[in-house]
Amino acid sequence: MFLTFLKNAIRFSTIFLFGSTGETITEKSGHLNLGTPGIMCMGALGGCVGESLYLKSIGGDYAAIDGFSAVVIGILFAMLFAGLGGLIYGFLTITLRCNQNVSGLAITTFGAGVTNFFINYVDRNGFNYLAAKFTAPVSQANDWFSTIFLSHGALVYLAIVLALVVAFIMKKTRTGLNLTAIGENPATADAAGINVTGYKYVSCVLGSGISGIGGLFYIMDYLYGSWEYSIDAMGWLAVALVIFSVWKPNWGILGSILFGALYILPYYTNFSFAIQEIIKMIPYAVTIIVLIITSIINRRESQPPAALGLSYFREER
Amino acid sequence: MEKTVALELKNITKTFGEVVANKNVDLELYRGEILSLLGENGSGKTTLMNMICGIYFPDEGEIFVGGEEAVIRSPKDAFALKIGMIHQHFKLVDIFTAADNVILGEHMPRYSVKEEGKKAIAAANGFKPVKPAEKILWGLKLGLKLSALPFIKIGKKIKFDYLAKSRTRKITEISSRYGFDIDLKKKIYDMSVSEKQTVEIIKVLYRGAEILILDEPTAVLTPQEIDKLFAILRRMRDDGKSIIIITHKLNEVMAISDRVAVLRKGEHIATVNTAETDEKALTEMMVGKKIDLNIERAEPNDVKDRLTVRNLTVINRDGMKALDDVSFTARSGEILGIAGIAGSGQRELLEAIAGLQKTAGGDILYFDPNKEDAEVDLMQKTPVEIRDLGVRLSFVPEDRLGMGLVGNMDLVDNMMLRSYTKGRFVFVDRKNPKELAEHIVHDLEVVTPGVRTPVRKLSGGNVQKVLVGREIAAAPTVLMAAYPVRGLDINSSYTIYHLLNQQKEKGVAVIYVGEDLDVLIDLCDRILVLCAGKVSGIVDGRGAKKEDIGLLMTKLTGKEADGETKEAAL
Amino acid sequence: MTVKNEAVVSTVKRHKEPLFRLIKRTDIPIWKKWVIRIATFAVAAITAGLLFTFIIGDGAAFGTFFKELWSGSFGTERLTYIFLNNWAIMMCISLAVTPAFKMRFWNIGAEGQTLAAALGAAFVIHYFGKSLIEPVVILLMLVAALFMGMLWALLPAIFKAVWGTNETLFTLMMNYVAIQLVNFFVNLWSPGGSGTIGNLGNGSFHGLFGLPYIQNAVFVAIVTIIVFVYLKFFKHGYELEVVGESVNTAKYIGINVKKVIIRTMILSGAVCGFAGFLLVGGSPTPTINTGLVGGRGFTAILVSWLSKFSPIAMIFVAALVVFLQKGASQASDSFHLGASSAFSNIIIGIFFLMIIACEFFIDYQIKFRKKEGK
Repeated sequence: MFLTFLKNAIRFSTIFLFGSTGETITEKSGHLNLGTPGIMCMGALGGCVGESLYLKSIGGDYAAIDGFSAVVIGILFAMLFAGLGGLIYGFLTITLRCNQNVSGLAITTFGAGVTNFFINYVDRNGFNYLAAKFTAPVSQANDWFSTIFLSHGALVYLAIVLALVVAFIMKKTRTGLNLTAIGENPATADAAGINVTGYKYVSCVLGSGISGIGGLFYIMDYLYGSWEYSIDAMGWLAVALVIFSVWKPNWGILGSILFGALYILPYYTNFSFAIQEIIKMIPYAVTIIVLIITSIINRRESQPPAALGLSYFREER
Repeated sequence: MEKTVALELKNITKTFGEVVANKNVDLELYRGEILSLLGENGSGKTTLMNMICGIYFPDEGEIFVGGEEAVIRSPKDAFALKIGMIHQHFKLVDIFTAADNVILGEHMPRYSVKEEGKKAIAAANGFKPVKPAEKILWGLKLGLKLSALPFIKIGKKIKFDYLAKSRTRKITEISSRYGFDIDLKKKIYDMSVSEKQTVEIIKVLYRGAEILILDEPTAVLTPQEIDKLFAILRRMRDDGKSIIIITHKLNEVMAISDRVAVLRKGEHIATVNTAETDEKALTEMMVGKKIDLNIERAEPNDVKDRLTVRNLTVINRDGMKALDDVSFTARSGEILGIAGIAGSGQRELLEAIAGLQKTAGGDILYFDPNKEDAEVDLMQKTPVEIRDLGVRLSFVPEDRLGMGLVGNMDLVDNMMLRSYTKGRFVFVDRKNPKELAEHIVHDLEVVTPGVRTPVRKLSGGNVQKVLVGREIAAAPTVLMAAYPVRGLDINSSYTIYHLLNQQKEKGVAVIYVGEDLDVLIDLCDRILVLCAGKVSGIVDGRGAKKEDIGLLMTKLTGKEADGETKEAAL
Repeated sequence: MTVKNEAVVSTVKRHKEPLFRLIKRTDIPIWKKWVIRIATFAVAAITAGLLFTFIIGDGAAFGTFFKELWSGSFGTERLTYIFLNNWAIMMCISLAVTPAFKMRFWNIGAEGQTLAAALGAAFVIHYFGKSLIEPVVILLMLVAALFMGMLWALLPAIFKAVWGTNETLFTLMMNYVAIQLVNFFVNLWSPGGSGTIGNLGNGSFHGLFGLPYIQNAVFVAIVTIIVFVYLKFFKHGYELEVVGESVNTAKYIGINVKKVIIRTMILSGAVCGFAGFLLVGGSPTPTINTGLVGGRGFTAILVSWLSKFSPIAMIFVAALVVFLQKGASQASDSFHLGASSAFSNIIIGIFFLMIIACEFFIDYQIKFRKKEGK
């Protein structure tokens, strides 16, 4: 019982982890992308479009589905669609210097609308066969270790690896150093010879692309290929997770598992439905508490990027 | 030893609108020397230096670096020419360590696959194969080498990108060579100003600068830190670097530089060897001859003590004393001038009186003329509390559109900044402010499309007229004005002088902070001189000598001050 | 002097000038502003029409789209009343966020503030609806709704004022705390654990002025006037504008910035609270669920921002948004496209994104590189 709970918590956490890793990259460049929920939706839509095309290309022969191709095509299309959303957001906030909050919210409205509308035009027959490839576990052994750590589909591991890689890049490379500098003080970064606009675009598009994989995972893995209109709710939790993990994707792994556990805890307990809803509130509440504590302690490293939400216009220096 | 010219400026002119910042300036800088650039505020020193490091582009004239003509259009160009400037406002990322700030934005050394390939082919061509087997082997080897190049490039990129611990090695080398005393792992936000400055200098050296420009580096340092900095500068000079240091402090000029270049009102006056001059001669060159401005000055009448400041001390954010034991009295019917190098504590002094600045000690006393000069304590009071005490204090701050006025609001709403609390009940009253705005526009000849125009659309002079007009309209008993004519044309300036004189004749105690000594001498009845947060003297405006004030501004008078510098030098 | 400058440049290597440069405009004629806006609006409308035509795959659909758009709000009398009611709610929430935005306090928690307030009102009906007389219930509902709205706004405001806690993230999270809290009470109150609550039965003042839904529009019209007057003629309104423009100036004239932040957010929350009260009590069948606000808390932010924080402009922008919402769903429904709310989101998204982008051309001027070599 507890093992399955833990296993499912890890599985569920993957949605938030993709979302928050992507959002962290974007926020590090000084762009608070409130379009993330919409962008995760678009990722899900992209994934479905890609898979649908893939099924068509193999002539609808479900037996001929190649697991590797299916997953890779899903990821590519999810990143493509979500990256497109990120590009729109980036164009508005970087080049046109529009207000980030307003642009982000508009992207959320637009992305969720596009997704929930056009998904009806995507032929999703046979998605359950595809989903089986997504959820194919590494090991089917029954011991505790395999149950918790080896029973997941490829995307779960991808999310963790990606979070670690991004954390490494942020902390240990010049790329991360430059990106952090842009989010903290774009004028200084500019003066040091860093291509501020280039970095911002890459971080917005790539960050959105990674968030989009979260949407893909939700549909293809967690929901076994069926559709649900609640991806954007997951998106907001991903935004919360960025704060909870104080802009560190490696902490985000643990944070996402906590969020995932709290989200599915109700199904494993005998609490009344009402109490279950209170438990689901905890991720948001702890995020607020983390936000308050970090602002009271005022440790510089745990603060949001100093230039978060501000547009950079060189001539205003 | 033969001197080689590192940098030469010929005939440099730069104008901003109608203001001439630099006019036909010639300047030479040799390798291995420290050149001081001396001049009053607004004499064009910083503008000149900004042209060398690519922030501005000169209107006229040429710049030669190492004997060759150079076009410097951006800081990047300056970097390429090995010119580095340490600005007064540091450009550092607070949450990074010193080391990370130094290497920030560094680019990988160029590695072109094409060129490397050509090199490899050229090297291989030297080999003349004889046997066919050798020929094949030779071809294979070359092919392998060529195909490996892109991967080598990627490998180099990854290696460069990785922030290895060894990244500090080169920095440590630099800092030990010049004797910098710095912890490279320390975060910038934990650093003192002096440490931050060190990081900036290391950053410039790390980028390979041969010519270093320091803009008033000592302004923010303690005497001990200044000594340390000077020792480092000397070591860099001995290492063959060329250094330009902008400063106002004559004792420092004498202590550090090999030569001194003096600028006055944008023009190059002279460059002299430090050993062949003294402080008095430099001051004369710096301030020039007194020019008569024909500002009418009435004799003060009915002079009474209005505001007394006693032993006022203010500690700024960096933990330094911005004001140190300042005492003076402003009297009604008199203009008290405050002279001093920019940043000597003028802003803190006025803001402390206005209730905007936390104070560390002392007294600020006001004598209320409406209550038979009863004493009112203004220390540690907020602006509202001061107002509620019935103190009619008006303040024209230095930052007109950032503090005194709201740029996006129209004239009427800006008038309301002072009067909005007077409206009936919860409502604001726009009728009186509107009348006031129209009144000011009419009386002070403010050029504006209307009183409903946002003030940011007005020109500098008109903005200032609006601000001064509003402050005067409050019928103050004390009027403080910080640099009220900065950036204004001649006519607007005279309007402001006239307004201040009117106030004085009405019996207001006027405090005027200015930078132009000619104006201070012609306008003010008494002039208080600040130097590094201390009062270095109070002189009578009538008969004051420009050189005397200049000397007071640049160093503390008396033996005490001399003793201090000597101690510091030891 | 310029002649000489060019001579210098031409003798040495020429640095590439960027293709175009951006210059921040200080001034733009009003007519030009409106030409840009109206043109953008037209482009957005045409894009939306083309998208619809493309989906239907019939060229005639372009005209039909605009007809459907119109009939979505004004097709029948009932639809017009519903339009009015939706306008009222959208307008009320937009008004609520405006004082905060004017102060540059990014309150994106209007959704939560409104929902919390609706919960407060529903709470009163659930526990006192049967035992007290209707007017008292409604009065208590109002008090509870205002209290909850203010509470939800006050918390982030206090932490922002005292510790500088990031208000955008704080208010965002408060939205979901409110949603979960509503879920909690819905499950607590729902008969037989169904997880949904139908008509609460009491507490409705629907039809107060004789016409369906009209009371909400009337109340919001009054709120509009109040907020307009508050912002324009109240000392408070003036103070919050100064704080928003420049904290330095605010301190210079002696405004207590912390106090203004907290006070303004209380007001913002109270107006949200009123919107929550209208959502529950103004309905013929008062109920509570998490979809009650339906994302309008977020849309209101866009409405307020696009109106440049002017309550007068907001009347029209809010109407436009509701009009598009209703019209697009109608168009979607009558062609059986399914997911009508999603389709209206697309249309609104297109309009928003384009109008947001057009502000750039009002704020900045693009200067292209001059052609050289003449």
